[in-house]
Amino acid sequence: MGFFKFLKKSPWSARFGMLVIVFYVFLAVFAPILTPYGESQVVGAEFEPWGEHFVLGTDNLGRDMLTRLIYGARNTIGIAFVTTCLAFSVGALGGFIASTLGGWVDQILARLVDVMMAIPALIFALMILTIVGTSVPALILVIGFLDSTRVFRLARAVSMNVVVMDYVEVARLRGEGLWWVMRREVLPNTMAPLVAEFGLRFCFVFLTLSALSFLGIGVQPPTADWGSMVRDNATLITFGDITPLLPAGSIALLTVGINFVVDWFLHLTSGLRDEH
Amino acid sequence: MVAQRLALGLLTLFIVSLIIFLGVELLPGDLAQAILGQAATPETVAAFRRELGLDLPPYIRYFQWLGGMLEGDMGRSLANQREIAELIGGRLANTLFLALYAAVISVPLAVMLGILAALYRNSFYDRCINVVTLSSISFPEFFVAYILILLLSVKVGIFPSISNVSDDLGFWERVYRTALPAMSLTLVVIAHMMRMTRAAIINLLASPYIEMANLKGLSRSRIIVKHALPNALAPIINVIVINLAYLVVGVVVVEVVFVYPGLGQLLVDSVSKRDLPVVQASSLIFAVTYILLNLTADVLSIMTNPRLMHPK
Amino acid sequence: MSTDGGNGAKGDILLEMRGLRIEGQSDDQWREIVHGVDVVLRRGEVLGLIGESGAGKSTIGIASMGHARPGCRISGGSIVFDGIELTTASEAAKRKLRGSRIAYVAQSAAAAFNPAHRLIDQYCETPVQHGIKRRAEAEAEARELYRRLQLPDPDEIGFRYPHQVSGGQLQRAMTAMAMSCQPDLIVFDEPTTALDVTTQIEVLAAINDVVGQFHTAAIYITHDLAVVAQMADRIMVLRDGHLVEEGEAREMLAAPKEDYTRRLLSVRTFRKEAVVGGPPPEPVLKIEHVSASYGATPLVLKDVSVEIHRARTVAVVGESGSGKSTLARVITGLLPPREGRIFFGGEELSPALTRRSRDQLRRMQMIYQMPDTALNPRQRIHEIIGRPIEFYLGLTGARRRRRIEDLLSMIELEPSDFIDRYPGELSGGEKQRICIARALAADPELIICDEVTSALDQLVAEEILKLLQRLQDKLHLSYMFITHDLATVKAIADEIVVMLRGEIVEQGEKQEVLTPPHHEYTELLLSSVPEMDPDLLDNLLEKRKAAPRA
Repeated sequence: MGFFKFLKKSPWSARFGMLVIVFYVFLAVFAPILTPYGESQVVGAEFEPWGEHFVLGTDNLGRDMLTRLIYGARNTIGIAFVTTCLAFSVGALGGFIASTLGGWVDQILARLVDVMMAIPALIFALMILTIVGTSVPALILVIGFLDSTRVFRLARAVSMNVVVMDYVEVARLRGEGLWWVMRREVLPNTMAPLVAEFGLRFCFVFLTLSALSFLGIGVQPPTADWGSMVRDNATLITFGDITPLLPAGSIALLTVGINFVVDWFLHLTSGLRDEH
Repeated sequence: MVAQRLALGLLTLFIVSLIIFLGVELLPGDLAQAILGQAATPETVAAFRRELGLDLPPYIRYFQWLGGMLEGDMGRSLANQREIAELIGGRLANTLFLALYAAVISVPLAVMLGILAALYRNSFYDRCINVVTLSSISFPEFFVAYILILLLSVKVGIFPSISNVSDDLGFWERVYRTALPAMSLTLVVIAHMMRMTRAAIINLLASPYIEMANLKGLSRSRIIVKHALPNALAPIINVIVINLAYLVVGVVVVEVVFVYPGLGQLLVDSVSKRDLPVVQASSLIFAVTYILLNLTADVLSIMTNPRLMHPK
Repeated sequence: MSTDGGNGAKGDILLEMRGLRIEGQSDDQWREIVHGVDVVLRRGEVLGLIGESGAGKSTIGIASMGHARPGCRISGGSIVFDGIELTTASEAAKRKLRGSRIAYVAQSAAAAFNPAHRLIDQYCETPVQHGIKRRAEAEAEARELYRRLQLPDPDEIGFRYPHQVSGGQLQRAMTAMAMSCQPDLIVFDEPTTALDVTTQIEVLAAINDVVGQFHTAAIYITHDLAVVAQMADRIMVLRDGHLVEEGEAREMLAAPKEDYTRRLLSVRTFRKEAVVGGPPPEPVLKIEHVSASYGATPLVLKDVSVEIHRARTVAVVGESGSGKSTLARVITGLLPPREGRIFFGGEELSPALTRRSRDQLRRMQMIYQMPDTALNPRQRIHEIIGRPIEFYLGLTGARRRRRIEDLLSMIELEPSDFIDRYPGELSGGEKQRICIARALAADPELIICDEVTSALDQLVAEEILKLLQRLQDKLHLSYMFITHDLATVKAIADEIVVMLRGEIVEQGEKQEVLTPPHHEYTELLLSSVPEMDPDLLDNLLEKRKAAPRA
């Protein structure tokens, strides 16, 4: 009941966003069924124009663009999702522990994160990837840990606001253990900003991943990935063909959709429209 | 307070340089082996290690490296044996030019538009801006860049799609050729700055002392200029500097799209070639710039806060 | 009291509000919050608007300037200020009046002053911008007013920034700023509510003085009837946007007509029955020579010793910075003391919370000042009350539920109504009752009440205090009652402990402490409490002028 009321009051931008998200998830999940050809299957000549056989033409190696786009959804979104989950678990856990324990634990963690955040994420990622090479696990770990710093900051800030509340002190005075306090008193009151942050983190991870792939240092061929697809087909732009804009646009569309939804969610839960 | 912050900044710089240098050490695998590949013989690997100086203990290498950096000697590139300092010098200048170009356009524009959006809150203008900026910050930089190329270069032919800049160009020629990359950067950064400025001003306008100024019968313009603006300096400066720092990173992608001979492109190329010394040097420069910008933001924040400048 | 030259005659009508209706917005819906109120104010007259929260007094006060807060709008009636109809006047016309002929003094001076400008610049701004005076003249007057308002260093204090000046001083500076154009009317919106009692009385005296000197009319808004008794010629009692009663101050105080007014007047006049008994048994709580500090800072508590006996209430009184809340933290184990020992029920308590036994923790409970932050908004009432029952007493299932229902009945809330609700759905008073129930759920011996009525409306607070008293009589609970409000202390305490800057300056049986001779700080506290005596302030001013305090 609450959910439908929520839907009804949402502005067109949020509804648009939700629609986009649902559509993408659908594509990602049902990719093998939806695609006419195989992911890396060469089916025609290079750069074939849009036509009957290849709805969106072929790419630089003669693979079907539509297929690659749909598989790209699955791969890019999948990797980004796993990375965000990693960043989130590590960051949120760290943030909660820092705020609930306080004292020197908090100081050390906060300083550590400060230093990690002193280096721009993209640069740091590039550096580490130079050394460890660009495999999918490496990407997930590197971006995941780098991004967890932002989640840490937010989780810590939000839970600090909760931790100073008298009801948390009541629980402490009762003799409740640390985990109980975190789980039952702190967490439920920090859900809203955390959920919003998950959405924003996903966008950031998604964009970073795509940027790295675009630079050639992310997901490697022949895996279909939107960032590298832009790179592969970039030359078409000079001929006025918008094909490279398709994967780029797909990235943009998903991020826009999520941002609209998160913006609406933040507006609902706190009346804030803050930018961090 | 300012001195404290500066000291902290210096410390951060030091630690970051350590990380950049030592990060290599702590990661799994042997660097020399990784670069040479599986096929290399143990002797080749050993020789390479000696050449890279990997046989010396880490702390000696670190100080050698750091000392070199400070003097301007950054070692040699693995890929082409050139002096890194030489390589970087010209490129750094180009990148700074591009970043400044984008900053000069985006900052005044973003702040002005943001303030207007806050003053005319919830008007049609404001809601439009909200949707447009929200979309804009969601776009990957290369998306914006390619669209601009498509529209302004290919279709209409105003600007060149590849920014071929060299040292001997005149100022205006340079401006012309760098127009598209600067525009791409501007478009993304402007959206962030506008939203943040708007949020900061809205927050400010809700303060009790603004209502008090109203109740004193002061004119709207006086309230904005004399009461709101002095308190808006700190948050706006903060916003600007955060975004300038963001600009430093956005430059990397844009340079690659437009094949612009800047530091970002050098970094990306070196990463693909696993030319570690160049990667370290470039990363250090980017990191230092980023940290210095953040430091400036903090210091300016402190200086514009009357509570901190006039203690009890 | 305002002055009128001493002959009792007031000037002509300055402000007349007829049938004033104001609407407030919540969730896109407009509701009427002021329902057709009439206000008449003459020149030189001081009108007191009193009421509890939600009465609409602040909204009405601001409406006299033709202004409505964001989220409110004036929806009906007329507001005539010196012949000018404000409801139809242009913004420009209203702006001319504001600051120059009608001035406003806000509740929080710290929030109302712009942190980026010096005090004197903000003072001079109003007359200069309205074209009434030149800067030099305004500055000279500022200094004079600061002197008259008894601010320290009156020639130089104006050149400070707001954050460099204390709360009471800021409030006086704001009063000065309101006087800068010699307005016809000043609206004082709860100006002393956030201040300590001893500071409050000085600010009240200062306000009284300048208002009298310039024959300014004033609307004085407050929830404290005792305060308004000092200041007003006439009083209007408001409730939920309606007028309850109106009349001359002295008449109303002597013989209120309406029941609501009578209840407001009789607040804290009940007295608990004195406990009769033989030699005191072993104390429930004994604190010996406790000293504490936060980290390396100087001592916040110095050599404090207190005893609390069964079924007795010990009131700990002090102003901000006295250390009374720190004392609670030390007793509960949140802040281990540097020196001293704590005994509970005969056994010594470990200084740190984590090393006390569950049973020790159970027998000592605490209730907090703000019910909003003391209850987890995401837990239902039965979870909030049920948890201590499970945790301490091990009850589950039906027995647990029954106990929750019993407790709800004990705090006079209908169980079936409240058991499944969230705290956000309850009023302040109801929430505080739930906090009490939560404390009772543990079946404690001692309850520490940390300013439990300070955030509540007068009448609601009255009910809570009476409830606490009934519970004490029934269950033989001991209370440590921390408060800054002497009226409360007089009502419910058996023993009193007076604290100043971390030390106990006086302690003992209630009657002993309250009757002279006392420590001079106790004297100061007692004399600063505004009683319902209209002449008190004038008398006090005379006394204090003879012996000035910084």
